[in-house]
Amino acid sequence: MVLPADMVECWPIFYSQRAEPKLSGLIGNNLTSHKQDRCLFQHLHIRLRAGELVHLKGPNGAGKSSLMRILVGLSSPEEGNVSYDGVDISEPAVANNIVFIGHKSGLNGLLSAEENLTYWSAQHQLDVSNAEIYEALAALNLVGMEEVPIKNLSAGQQRRVALARLWLKPATYWLLDEPFTSLDAEGITLMETAFAEHVSKQGAILMTSHQALSERVGRVRVEHLDYRL
Amino acid sequence: MWKWLHPYAKTERAYQLCNTLKPWFWLGALGCLSIGTVWGLLFAPADYQQGDSFRIIYIHVPAAILSMGTYVAMAVAALVGIVWQWRTAFMSMIAMAPVGALMTFIALFTGAAWGKPMWGAWWVWDARLTSELILLFLYFGVMALYAAFDDKQQAGKAAGVMALVGVVNVPIIHYSVEWWNTLHQGATISKFDNPSIAAEMLWPLLINLLGFALFIGAVTGVRLQNEIIRRERHRPWVQQLAAQNLDDKGEKHHAV
Amino acid sequence: MRVLLKGILQRDLTLAFRQKSELMQPLMFLLVVVTLFPLGIGPGPDTLQRIGPGVIWVAAILSSLLGMERLFRDDFADGSLEQMQLSGIPLYQIALCKIITHWFVSFMPLLMLSPLLALFLNLTLPMYTALLLTLLLGTPVISLIGAIAVGLTTGLQRGSLLLALLLIPIFIPLLIFATSAVESAAMQLPYGPQIAIIAAIMLLALALSPFAVSYALKVSQN
Repeated sequence: MVLPADMVECWPIFYSQRAEPKLSGLIGNNLTSHKQDRCLFQHLHIRLRAGELVHLKGPNGAGKSSLMRILVGLSSPEEGNVSYDGVDISEPAVANNIVFIGHKSGLNGLLSAEENLTYWSAQHQLDVSNAEIYEALAALNLVGMEEVPIKNLSAGQQRRVALARLWLKPATYWLLDEPFTSLDAEGITLMETAFAEHVSKQGAILMTSHQALSERVGRVRVEHLDYRL
Repeated sequence: MWKWLHPYAKTERAYQLCNTLKPWFWLGALGCLSIGTVWGLLFAPADYQQGDSFRIIYIHVPAAILSMGTYVAMAVAALVGIVWQWRTAFMSMIAMAPVGALMTFIALFTGAAWGKPMWGAWWVWDARLTSELILLFLYFGVMALYAAFDDKQQAGKAAGVMALVGVVNVPIIHYSVEWWNTLHQGATISKFDNPSIAAEMLWPLLINLLGFALFIGAVTGVRLQNEIIRRERHRPWVQQLAAQNLDDKGEKHHAV
Repeated sequence: MRVLLKGILQRDLTLAFRQKSELMQPLMFLLVVVTLFPLGIGPGPDTLQRIGPGVIWVAAILSSLLGMERLFRDDFADGSLEQMQLSGIPLYQIALCKIITHWFVSFMPLLMLSPLLALFLNLTLPMYTALLLTLLLGTPVISLIGAIAVGLTTGLQRGSLLLALLLIPIFIPLLIFATSAVESAAMQLPYGPQIAIIAAIMLLALALSPFAVSYALKVSQN
């Protein structure tokens, strides 16, 4: 549906008055953010629907990571709001439907891959058995690495362990900040196949990456974020 | 209810508010301080016990009262900032901090100077002086935390939390130190507790108190304006202001 | 509840016991600092008894500051904290869990070491009882309030000195009431009031600190 421009400005009100069904998908509405008193983006609208992969592009420092962190609720925008299927990000229940993997792996170096993922699943209230964790690690070609402390794994292997979360949590929304960092060609192929499968199952992916995605992924919508002074 | 206010307009409005208030604050501060100080130092009667040395209270007491008051004001600003996410609140909080620290320092310095003739020592672990000293540390903490962050918006929030933690602690510290003091030194030193004060001594004190408060307000206003300009230098309205200022200076040069 | 127990408490305890040396260092520091005082002031039993409670408390505060950063530093640096925040568990509960673990792994050993310190500084049994009570009720305050400051400074590279600057003034009332309780015990006076005040401070900190920590962590994540 196309809304007139002035309606877009105040569309939350517009919709509540009309009492229409809530908008589905991830919606970032009217987002404004500053970093070190520099404006990253202002009045930004972004929408991610189920069954869609959005590739967020932009030069370094444009605010891609900041936008991602706002969209998952790690930082709050100065203006605007974020909602998932019509539910505001501040509701704790929203977390059940999101997996976010950022620059930092979120893995403790002293714990093994298996321990890291076990505790992570416990935190996210997932009923995941040990076998399932081994399966997920095997899917990422990490057989034999399950019990090794993370700090002894290579950067690419660590990234794979971090990405194994996508196999463990049945979430619709995947928000991935540079998921391909330090992955080898085989790892990238693996991930791209997984993306295509997730999208085909009505999942939604928002990702940043400085490298282009191959055709394996299928249809990709590209959004640009410009660097501003 | 304040959130709808556009953040740019807020800083700009705060800047203009400072501009309007500043001259009145400076004028009032200058007036009150000169009247109060001259009256207190020259015309108020001398104390029958302490002679002329008591006159230091005209500086010491207002500074001490307002050092605590400024800290509370900082905490209020921090609370406003945290609850309503008001950028200017954090800015004014951090604008107040060094002024409050200065007041604390003045109170400590004059207290020590008063201690010399009264107790024969520059520093005595008197309850009030000790609380003031700890208050100075609390100010230092807030300022150091603010300085440690590169992102000043984050810095403001962090320093605000610390100011709030401190303000919960100020009464606890105050009473604990007072209690510690009575425990360790008995009631021999209670010169600061003047049970009553004559009216002709009190009036200049009150006038000076008002003068100090206005002075703090004025300096905070200037510092807040500087902070706003520094933080918002990329915004159009600041650049416009700068251009205007340059033009004004140019005109003056022409006139000369 | 099960989530917190398994996901946070068990994890943090496992991690703590894999870094035993880091746990031991503040404790050794405490022991060394307490040893310095008899050497610096003189070994007179009366003097030691007079300064003993103060020395133990000052040393406990200083040594706790050394290990304080551990509360959130690693989890913040490697991104585990991000993942915890995105788990749907309220952040204040996570914070409280971490504070409890921190108290358990850094102050329980201190409590166990305290009889030795009491012997070193020639404390009598009633004095030691009072000291133990003040440590038991007072050290949680250090963890609770310390967590706020750690939460605020965790994003900074060099926060440890700043941490000391922020926290030491706040711990002064604790020091005053704790040492005075022990002094009262030495003079065989009742020390209930001091203990009650420390307990009150602890409860106040317990009620407010988790929320302050959660706000502080959000500020750091921004």
